[in-house]
Amino acid sequence: MNLKHKPLLAALAIALLLLPFATDAMLGRGWVRIADFALLYIMLALGLNIVVGYAGLLDLGYVAFFAVGAYNYALLSSPQFGLHWPFWVVLPLGALLACCFGVLLGAPTLKLRGDYLAIVTLGFGEIIRIFLNNLNAPVNITNGPQGISMIDPIRAGEFSMGGEHQLFGLAFPATHLHYYLFLLFTLLVIFVSRRLEGSRIGRAWMAIREDEVAAEAMGLNTRNIKLLAFAMGATFGGLSGGLFAGFQGFVSPESFSLMESIMILCMVVLGGMGNIGGVILGGVLLVLLPEALRNGAGPMQQALFGKTLVDPESLRMLMFGLALIAVMLLRPAGLWPSTQRRRELSPDEMISHQEQDTVYDNSK
Amino acid sequence: MDILLQQIINGLVQGSVYALVALGYTMVYGILGLINFAHGEVVMVGAMVALAVSGMLLAAGLPPLLVLLLALLVAMAVCMALGYAIERIAYRPLRNAPRLAPLITAIGVSIVLQNLAMIFWGREYHAFPQLLPGASHGFGGAIINDVQIIIIAVALLMMAGLLVLVHRTRLGRAMRAVAENPSAAALMGVDINTVISVTFMIGSALAAVAGLMVSANYGIVHYYMGFLLGLKAFTAAVLGGIGNLRGAMLGGVLLGLIESLGAGYIGDLSGGFFGSNYQDVFAFFALIAVLVFRPSGLLGERVAERA
Repeated sequence: MNLKHKPLLAALAIALLLLPFATDAMLGRGWVRIADFALLYIMLALGLNIVVGYAGLLDLGYVAFFAVGAYNYALLSSPQFGLHWPFWVVLPLGALLACCFGVLLGAPTLKLRGDYLAIVTLGFGEIIRIFLNNLNAPVNITNGPQGISMIDPIRAGEFSMGGEHQLFGLAFPATHLHYYLFLLFTLLVIFVSRRLEGSRIGRAWMAIREDEVAAEAMGLNTRNIKLLAFAMGATFGGLSGGLFAGFQGFVSPESFSLMESIMILCMVVLGGMGNIGGVILGGVLLVLLPEALRNGAGPMQQALFGKTLVDPESLRMLMFGLALIAVMLLRPAGLWPSTQRRRELSPDEMISHQEQDTVYDNSK
Repeated sequence: MDILLQQIINGLVQGSVYALVALGYTMVYGILGLINFAHGEVVMVGAMVALAVSGMLLAAGLPPLLVLLLALLVAMAVCMALGYAIERIAYRPLRNAPRLAPLITAIGVSIVLQNLAMIFWGREYHAFPQLLPGASHGFGGAIINDVQIIIIAVALLMMAGLLVLVHRTRLGRAMRAVAENPSAAALMGVDINTVISVTFMIGSALAAVAGLMVSANYGIVHYYMGFLLGLKAFTAAVLGGIGNLRGAMLGGVLLGLIESLGAGYIGDLSGGFFGSNYQDVFAFFALIAVLVFRPSGLLGERVAERA
């Protein structure tokens, strides 16, 4: 961080601090909520970035860890079992539990290569979701497809984040309070990611990503280091899951479908794998774009044809899909690729031959 | 005993469909090293086109069997064109790009196809017309109907045809050569782009057949049907060893059997704790178990780590 960036950083900080009030005034309360979700997804994307971007392990079931964190919070802090544990116990517990699940999944499967690992993680994600969906009989644990509602908001003593508060003569509704909380956690995750990136462990991950055999020959214990990446990513996932449950007040298996995992992966890859700035950019874009399209798809048709021709929801997702394709075709390495990263994720023999003149090499 | 037999029949039927779809995944993977995430959607498009065509032709008063044949041909043609287009637009420009880039475009294509189908055909479930005489036969206490017999027979025929194509023809040799080493194949005069396009078209044609089979078997078509089917078929391809044709066939049939036997017996096995709604869990656990002991799938070659 050098000195000439300082004014820029200060401006960014002020902008981030004012963001909820500005959006509230200009776009409405709904958009503050969207900003909250954008922060949650940034945390998730940064967590997945550790697994996919740094260690080069393709994980298609990442949302499972998110689910573990969320259900942990929901079960321990809602009328479901009559438990109302405070968030400062439940949140770390969720992160820890997700971490354990990461190790549980990783330990037997991390010797699998590339796409085999991808399908196993995908299967794991589905297994978790199916269990959440069906564990309402014979013993009701998760309440099945209905999900768990009336989850306690995050609160400390008398201060509950579920309601509006007056601070310094300003009204802070729940969405604003969560914005600041999530911003805090996002900064924490960014900080940890940054420190990891340059650390011994981070460099070991990248060595494994580039060439596992060479990394092993250098004396790295590749299995443990890969396991660490999995556990680390899972921890972030569990943490965001807990925050999600506390914010939403409601969780159901629907929120943890394979499509969510794929979306988070899209954020990481579209933004630029292995580059924190890129991943954040990807997260913001993929949360905002569908929302912007939601508001644009209906009225645009009205303006063009005078009536609604096609279902705006379909049109919105259609345009979203086209945008994904277009961005990837125009910028195959992501919008903001990591400069360090020149080679792709564990290339096969065949591709690595062709790969000599890829975008990565041009940026040398 | 008759329940066991019935579950085996159901599993074989389902497995044949998985196997046909899995072949599409595995052929593309074998040649490009790419998971073609949009393949499940191609199956859905095949089913939808077959539904539209058969609806039109039945209204015109053609005999059902002829309608079935024409619907199949049109569906295959449309899917082949679609497969060609997908490869051309979403994958070819990214052939030298980082490997996850085409995965994202594949997801994009998948979303686009799903929503196009939703715009054209709506969100509702469509009934697929019964084009075959649905006579059932008793068979050792179990029941199998004509549609199921035809599904298994057609699947076998298709797979045999594909094996002959890949192992006995010039085109097949070219495909295998490109899979092994594209640059060397190109030096030997193989037109790589054509071979890859043809591979996509064959896979998509098989997907169209599978799509028609599923819709004829269940009598229902839906814009979302391709997603889970594609997922299962991909699982099957990995189970058998991705990139290996026989592996995809074996994996498909095996997955169908595991699922139907799992659904049938999981209740008894777990003392009534788990019901048949856990059948997917069963399938994925089987997958994980197989991969833990055979990391390259059942028939996959042990590929040496790149040095």
